[in-house]
Parts: sequence; C-alpha cells; structure tokens
Amino acid sequence: MTQPLYEYTVPRGHHWSFRMRRNRALRLTDVEGGGNLGMLIFNPELLLERYNAPDTMKAQQTFRLTQGNCLYSDMGRCLASIIQDDFGGHDSASGTLTRRACFERFGRWTFQEYMNEWCLSGEESFLTELAKYGLGERDLHANLNLFSRVETDEDGTMRYVDSHNRPGASVTLRFDMDALVILTTSPHPLNPAKNYPKKPIQVEFLKTDPVTADDECLNAHATSRRALENTRLYYLDDPVLFENAGGA
Amino acid sequence: MLTESHRKLNDARYSQRIGAGDYFMRTVKAGETVRIVDVDGNEAADTLFYSATDPAERYSANDTVREQGNVYLGTGSVLRSNRNNPMLEIIADTCGRHDTLGGACSSESNTIRYAHDRRCMHSCRDNWMNAIQENEHFGVTKRDIAHNINFFMNVPITPEGGLSFADGISGPGKYVEMKALMDVIVLISNCPQLNNPCSGFDPTPLEIAVWDS
Repeated sequence: MTQPLYEYTVPRGHHWSFRMRRNRALRLTDVEGGGNLGMLIFNPELLLERYNAPDTMKAQQTFRLTQGNCLYSDMGRCLASIIQDDFGGHDSASGTLTRRACFERFGRWTFQEYMNEWCLSGEESFLTELAKYGLGERDLHANLNLFSRVETDEDGTMRYVDSHNRPGASVTLRFDMDALVILTTSPHPLNPAKNYPKKPIQVEFLKTDPVTADDECLNAHATSRRALENTRLYYLDDPVLFENAGGA
Repeated sequence: MLTESHRKLNDARYSQRIGAGDYFMRTVKAGETVRIVDVDGNEAADTLFYSATDPAERYSANDTVREQGNVYLGTGSVLRSNRNNPMLEIIADTCGRHDTLGGACSSESNTIRYAHDRRCMHSCRDNWMNAIQENEHFGVTKRDIAHNINFFMNVPITPEGGLSFADGISGPGKYVEMKALMDVIVLISNCPQLNNPCSGFDPTPLEIAVWDS
C-alpha cells in the first residue's frame, strides 16, 4: 500500500459518513488508545442491504472480529474484509451509546454551552448521518465497535476489557463492495469511564491490491470464499480468481 | 435457571400450533402472557417483537444483552427495544438458555454457510418476508427485520470468543413464557432449517398460547 489517497481524523464524540469505493481500503487508527469507532455499512445501490452482525459472527464462528474475518451483508455478500488488525478482537454485539445513557452518565452536552467541544452519543451521531441518506431509526441495526473488546465468561456475563486498549492500534478494512459508511467516535456503551472518553480516530483511504488466490480473508473461512463469490456475482466480475483458488 | 409456570393451557385465551416453516404474527397486549412450547424438542423459534403502536420501535438484541450484561436469555431477562424500553420479561423457562446473537437463517446466508446449491431452501427470513407481505396492516417492512431471538437454540460463546451452533439443550414440551410490558406484535418463524442442529435436522411444530392479564 502506498501513500493514503485522503486522511481525516474524526474528533472525539462526533460523526462522519461517506461513499466508499470497492477495491479501496480504510486504515483506521486509535490515535490515543481507548477510542471506539462505531460503524454501520450499507450498499448504496440497495440501501436495504446492510452489514449483518449475526450472519458475520455465526458463519465465521466468532464473537469478536479480527484480521482474516469478512463483514457480511444480510444479502449474503462480503462487504469488506479485515486485512490487517493489530488491536485484535473487535466488538459487534453491544450496540451504541444511547442518548439517554450518555446524558445520565456524562451529563448534558448542549451546543450552546460547549460549542464544537460538545460530545455526542452514538445514537444521536448515527441518526444524524443516517438522515442524510433518507435513512433513520429503523435502519439502525447492530453496529461494529472497532477498538473495543468485550469478553464473556462461561455464564455469558459480558465484560468490557479496558486493558486491551493501546495508542496507535490500527485495523484495515478492504471494501469488496461499494459502500455507504457511517461512523461515530462516541465511546463504547460498556466503557466504564466516569468522564466522557474524548478519543479521536484517524481514517485513511488507501488503494488496495486485487484479491489474489492466496488472499488471507478469502482463505480463512470457506464461508468467506462463498460470500466473496456472491459479491463477484453481484458485480459479474471475472470468475477466474475463485476457480483457480479451488474449493475450501 | 429453570422456572415453571402455574398457568394451565385450558385457561389460555387461545393457543395454536405453528408448523415447521410457518409463521405467527399477531398482537399481544400489555399485561398478557405468551408461552412458546417446543412441542417435540430441538426446534428453534426465530422471534421478533415490535411495538404495536409504532413498529419503528422493535426488539433489540444489542440493547437487551448490554443492559443485562449477559449474552444469553433466560428467566428474568427483560427484552428491550431499540429505544431501550422494556418490551417483555421472561417469567418462566424450562429450557434454561436462549440465543439472541446468532440471527436467523436466510436463503442468502445458506449460500455462505453451506453451499450455493442450498439457496432455494425455505428459511426464517423468507418466512418473515411472507409474514410482512401478508400482514401489511402492521406496517412492518424489511427495514425492520433485525436481530432476533432464537428461543430454544443453543449458541455457546466461549471465553476465547468462539461462537457455534451446538446441539439443542431443549427437549419435548419445554417452554418459555413472557409477560408483555407494552402492546407488541409477535412475529415468529418456526425454523425450517435442514442444514444444522438448530432444528435437530428435523423441523417440528411449535405451540403458542396467550393468557389474559
């Protein structure tokens, strides 16, 4: 990978959205450590198609997402592949910080008082961005929480693992489909911090190499090979890659 | 925790069978109790709830597991909405543990999980599509089809982060009973999946019963 095509650091407690192009990647960095990046992904051509956390987790038999995993849509396609991850094990089961919880835990952040230093909840952030595309509450499905690790014990009790955080941790998503990406830097809803964690996340847009037969994400799970095959069908790409790669 | 109910089927306002691959979509009022019975065992009841007054408010697996701090559902679990309001509470359960992270099967996910030639097999999400088409008056559309509950399904999550569909911990006649805390639309797909243990490879009927408050 070469020089980023574009770079922007989303400040703490805010939101952003953009059209992502297939065969481009996002390198995301938790600049200070302890950040969280809530993410929703849609197919911009068919907004009813979106990232589906249960299909992603059950097909790859994992509760946490890391390098080698693919992100599946509810229509059986691979939206994006995690081609690099030095954080290890991101959450996609906890949802986002609600407006109510943000108020109860961190107080009221009015623009009048704080101007652009205000910090928003994940719920408000997602809804603001969703509205720009004619979407809303009904389209707010299970999100990713990158840079947040949640573990469970034998009884299923959930625990946010603060000690896993570190400055400079990065994860790279290769987009296998065009996508509408919605982001919030609101903290993880299980982060026990007493004060609103004000953590920026750096977003870099990169060119990626075409998927080759030895691609880690293509080969990590037979399910991902089939999801990438469904993506190929969607774009009617050349079938050679998957034929050469053989069955898994 | 296993908890039995004192309610008798004879006292139910109504009860009905849901055959494998069929759906149930009906309103249950606040204060009423609804029971789902795994008649022959090892069946999955893929269930969604919506507020009857505004279906944009719906069951949210994320809000439910986060607020109770546990990924499994059982007696005492409060089923919460995407607005983080309590919708129903599980008040009896003879199965012990239910999944809400594994989602529902679909024609499309069949192609990922099993093989491309498993596309044209009946699935829960196709079943829900039939349900919302045939019951348009509820105002539920594909946008609202979210992360469901899989009653009677065993999806253990290990401390290492593994997640798998295991053989059922349910059995013939086991049931789960919930009290509605708001007027809700109950949408159930009796899972027709033939490719994994969630239906014991042999989908069988469910029974649903509703008692007045």
